[in-house]
Amino acid sequence: MMNIFSDIYSVFWLDLRNMQRHWKATIATSLVLPLLYLVAFGYGLGRGIDVDGFSYLAFVIPGIVALTAFSTSFNGASSKLQVDKMFYKSFDELLMSPVSSYAIIIGKALIGVVRGGISAIAIYLAGLALAPTLLVNTQVTLLFLLLMLLSCFVFALFGVMVALLISSHHGMSNFSTLVILPMTFLCGTFFSLNQLPSIAKVVLYFLPLTHSANLLRSTMLCLPFPWLSFAGLLIFGAIFFAGCLFALKKSSV
Amino acid sequence: MTDSIYTENLCKNYGSVKAIDNLNLSVPDGEIFGFLGPNGAGKTTTIRVLTTLTHPTSGHVSVGGYNVKYESDAVKKVIGVVQQHLSLDRDLTVRENMEFHARIQHLNSFKRKQRIAELLEYVELTEYADKMVDTLSGGMKKKAAIVCSLIHEPKLLFLDEPTVGLDAQARRRLWDFVRRLNKDGTTIFLTTHYIEEAEVLCDRVGIMHHGQLINVDTPANLREKVGSIVVETLVGNKETHYQFFVNRDAANHYVKGLPSDVKTVIIRESNLEDVFIEQTGEKVGDQ
Repeated sequence: MMNIFSDIYSVFWLDLRNMQRHWKATIATSLVLPLLYLVAFGYGLGRGIDVDGFSYLAFVIPGIVALTAFSTSFNGASSKLQVDKMFYKSFDELLMSPVSSYAIIIGKALIGVVRGGISAIAIYLAGLALAPTLLVNTQVTLLFLLLMLLSCFVFALFGVMVALLISSHHGMSNFSTLVILPMTFLCGTFFSLNQLPSIAKVVLYFLPLTHSANLLRSTMLCLPFPWLSFAGLLIFGAIFFAGCLFALKKSSV
Repeated sequence: MTDSIYTENLCKNYGSVKAIDNLNLSVPDGEIFGFLGPNGAGKTTTIRVLTTLTHPTSGHVSVGGYNVKYESDAVKKVIGVVQQHLSLDRDLTVRENMEFHARIQHLNSFKRKQRIAELLEYVELTEYADKMVDTLSGGMKKKAAIVCSLIHEPKLLFLDEPTVGLDAQARRRLWDFVRRLNKDGTTIFLTTHYIEEAEVLCDRVGIMHHGQLINVDTPANLREKVGSIVVETLVGNKETHYQFFVNRDAANHYVKGLPSDVKTVIIRESNLEDVFIEQTGEKVGDQ
């Protein structure tokens, strides 16, 4: 059992060293887009608008935190893995080592969690600076941070799975345009799903970001805890983990 | 002496393509064994199967005495692999790359530091240990990749096209290094499409062609089998013909009897390229 934890850390260690070397650029680039969203949608366009009984700024901040957790964790885990797999071929070194598949998957996902976590917390703090009333109490804040880290882990597993399954830069670019970009805008990050027709709502519940945004928003705005979204996020995590195992197995056929 | 590598009727198919076709091979401990063949002959696929990266379609394969299919973790502990492409993390230093390899091979902190220092000294890279990999020369990068693969003291080292992209001087230095490793007890399995590399470095050479192992022996025996002297003749500036002889007298006798329209005649000792041509009808570099 100790071996798996040390293996996870060993896999994570390599990506962490890389990040330490480029941390300023890594964090700065992952903050630009969410900060622009925050200013443009929350502070600019959203002034004076109410959504589901809350100011638009209060509504959109948890959505943008979820979006940041999603995009940064996904990209953080997938981009380095893709480079290691396709260009450096250093991922094969891991496959030829006695490190288990479980340790490889979790270790590779952790860098996504770290990058996603740092960026999402930065956006959360920026959001609180714009709307200080959103800071309720320590319990809510802790729960919010825990759910945010859970979201980061699920999205990082998603990134690992996609990087393992897609074996070309072109394929990855297509996936980003056809799947990641629509998710960014449609999963209840910028608007309430209550405004959509029922059928659209059902479809969007089959996407993980919808559940993450729902969880973070409900927690931050002290709404009833959305157990369905919590279960949904865990199920997506399990599916992505199984997908990673399948992709690793497929790579050695 | 036991076998480091043993395969029996090994096959690997990708759809209808037979990448490895019924490979029967044994490599004893302590040998430098070379796989010679053109690109696409099945050399790298064989290495991928032997190093557990790819599952065989059928047949039995054991490496270091362990079955690659059922005991892959044990196999991974006794092998070191240097891939054809430089597989180091180029955003890290040599020492950091070595540290990573030591970690994933389960070396504890004390052992890690000790092995890294030992190996850096062994390959004379100590002063470059904290340089980024990308700033090193091609030969140094290759050496760094090799020491990473040696960090856990493997009994068997796989080198896939180890000198591709290196200049002649760096290539010869690497050959010396490989010989030294072998002398210190490491069995070496390498693939190459360089004739000279196979001839000067390997104790035995296996010739691969379209996934099949068509001959295995020492370089000298392989040359002797086709004839140690070869006569090259160029007829009408079109095609080179090769004729093999057991000795120079027989070759001279043949040349005297050649028709007058044969313009160019070369008499020389045969090499593994000739063996390859004689047995496959193609040059190693043809494909």
